[in-house]
Amino acid sequence: MSGQQRPSSALQDFARNLRQAPRRFLETVFRHGPPRTDRTRSTFVFGNVFLHLHTARTHRWSLRWTTTLGLGLVSAAAFVITLVTGILLMFYYKPYPDAAYQSIKDIHFVVPTGQFMRNIHRWAANVMVVAVILHMARVFYTGAYRAPREFNWVIGMGLLVTTLGLSFTGYLLPWDQLAYWAITIGANIAQSPREITDALGITEWADVGGLQRQLLLGSDVVGEEALIRFYLLHVMLLPLLLAALLAVHFWRIRKDGGLARPAGADQRLGPPPGDTYPVFTEAPQKTYQLAAIVRGRTAAVGNGPENTLPSMPHLFYAELGVFMLTTLICLALSLWIDAPLKELANPNVPENPAKAPWYFLGLQECVSFSAFMGGVGIPLIVLVGLGLIPYLDREDKGTGEWFGGPGGWPLVRRAVLFGLGAAIGVEALAIRCGWLREWFPDIPQLVITFVNPGTILAALYAVFSLFEVRRRNSVRAGALALFTCFLCGFVVLTVIGTHFRGPNWDFFWSPADWPKH
Amino acid sequence: MTAEARAPRSRLDPEPVSRRDFLGLAALWAAASALGFALIGSLRLPRAAVLSSPSKKFRVTLPESLPAGQAFVPPGRAVALFRDAEGVYAVSLICTHLGCVVKSTPTGFECPCHGSRFGLDGTVAKGPAPQPLPWHKITGGAGDYVVDESANVPQGTRLKA
Repeated sequence: MSGQQRPSSALQDFARNLRQAPRRFLETVFRHGPPRTDRTRSTFVFGNVFLHLHTARTHRWSLRWTTTLGLGLVSAAAFVITLVTGILLMFYYKPYPDAAYQSIKDIHFVVPTGQFMRNIHRWAANVMVVAVILHMARVFYTGAYRAPREFNWVIGMGLLVTTLGLSFTGYLLPWDQLAYWAITIGANIAQSPREITDALGITEWADVGGLQRQLLLGSDVVGEEALIRFYLLHVMLLPLLLAALLAVHFWRIRKDGGLARPAGADQRLGPPPGDTYPVFTEAPQKTYQLAAIVRGRTAAVGNGPENTLPSMPHLFYAELGVFMLTTLICLALSLWIDAPLKELANPNVPENPAKAPWYFLGLQECVSFSAFMGGVGIPLIVLVGLGLIPYLDREDKGTGEWFGGPGGWPLVRRAVLFGLGAAIGVEALAIRCGWLREWFPDIPQLVITFVNPGTILAALYAVFSLFEVRRRNSVRAGALALFTCFLCGFVVLTVIGTHFRGPNWDFFWSPADWPKH
Repeated sequence: MTAEARAPRSRLDPEPVSRRDFLGLAALWAAASALGFALIGSLRLPRAAVLSSPSKKFRVTLPESLPAGQAFVPPGRAVALFRDAEGVYAVSLICTHLGCVVKSTPTGFECPCHGSRFGLDGTVAKGPAPQPLPWHKITGGAGDYVVDESANVPQGTRLKA
């Protein structure tokens, strides 16, 4: 104050600003200091467009690893991995018959790291299918589909179908024997409503099947038009659809009040760790945010003190861990087992047996009873049945508990026994004794379409579930039985299709018994 | 403005739409329906008006020595030709179930994909196939024939050799 402060010259300002530029740059990117206090940890979340899909604080119940087993995250991580590796593969892949096959060979044998990338892409897709199915089972068995999360369950079913669609369109692209015959079979499944319209004699006027096949193939035959359509589906339409559904799926988790937790979660968790500071120490009766435009109460009303921890680092580090673990699994599998590539597509001779990848072999087994019922009817029945579950089970006892708490597990065990037993029994009958066509050669096709091992199995499961609803006087019991049965049926059919079916789709105890060509 | 115009009206007897609102709404609906029709029209795009497909007719010369009941499959075609005492006939090799190419065996045809079996005349013997294998139309004679894969004939129709 006393001394004369020498005004700094513009040149000195410039030098100082230049020195400080890196730090200032970081400050403008992140706007706030490192996330060390609860306040900066919160701004870390809601100040970031990507992270703010999460809440700033996460309930301690959601952070227990047994709550979710991280399965939804594994699915999402696998999707990101397929996205990255898929974009890399697009550098070399050419969607034209024969050229497609050669370009996959180039990727496999010539392109630096190409083989590795293709393996990772394939394995991440497999991991995604497994994780999505297990994630669905987790959500089901912890009752997390119940109000207010019903619609998110339906979105999840859309994600399951899109995931399977991406897998299917993916293995069509190499234009090898697997691809060619899978396109042929897939397009003919789309055409299979003709099985009904032919039997009724109305195909001439209402050829739904033929239209579907033509839309898929873009032609009467499987060729370049079909390949470019499936390529478009695989790299553009389905990924966009999946990303959109995924955004809604994540957003709704947040809007529905986070993950489902049991009523007594707070008591069971005990007091929070000493170094954390809870917000809302008392239950608020009102919150005023958006009060003018939003009807109803926010999730905070009546829920206090909140048993939450800052999402940064508690949730994000866990998510990062799951992501890294998924990557590790995909990398390890890729180093261990190569993605398959069969011979160049030969439109005159299918492989014998012509098997789809494992996740479709249960479907292939159903299709081997009836094209329409196995390929369209039963999948539709299963999807509608699964989608209806949250709207039929309106109970709230046991939400957030594995198997709905004590009493649930014995029921699930019974359903497992019934589900496995019924599937194996029906299959054994069909394999040993044949089916209606062998018993009554002149039987109308419509009877076989509607009465075949697949539909009988679905009907048995439905009857068993209704029986459980009556016995336990609980819709939840029926839902548990039905879901468990379908899961068991899926496993049995998949195992039979994978291991016990050989040339001409005949039954063999082991691939070693297959006849020599 | 008169008093009657301000009188409250019930929901069943709404305020008359002003000319300006009417024109605005009419324009909005016109634009919306134009967009709608354009969308419906463009939905036809994925269904090509002309489909690329190879010719369904082909010529074939049957070997003189073809024994009765043994299949002759022209290279690159999914059709089996037979010659017996009554004449020549062509059976499609495309499974009526899901379109795999069936294999001809001494007792009939078998499909590698889902296990359908057919008798020598194409009748379904076993498995999921909903229809018998169709018989194709044959023309010509004296060893040289033209098979038309797009035209079917009733089972048992033979061309006199």
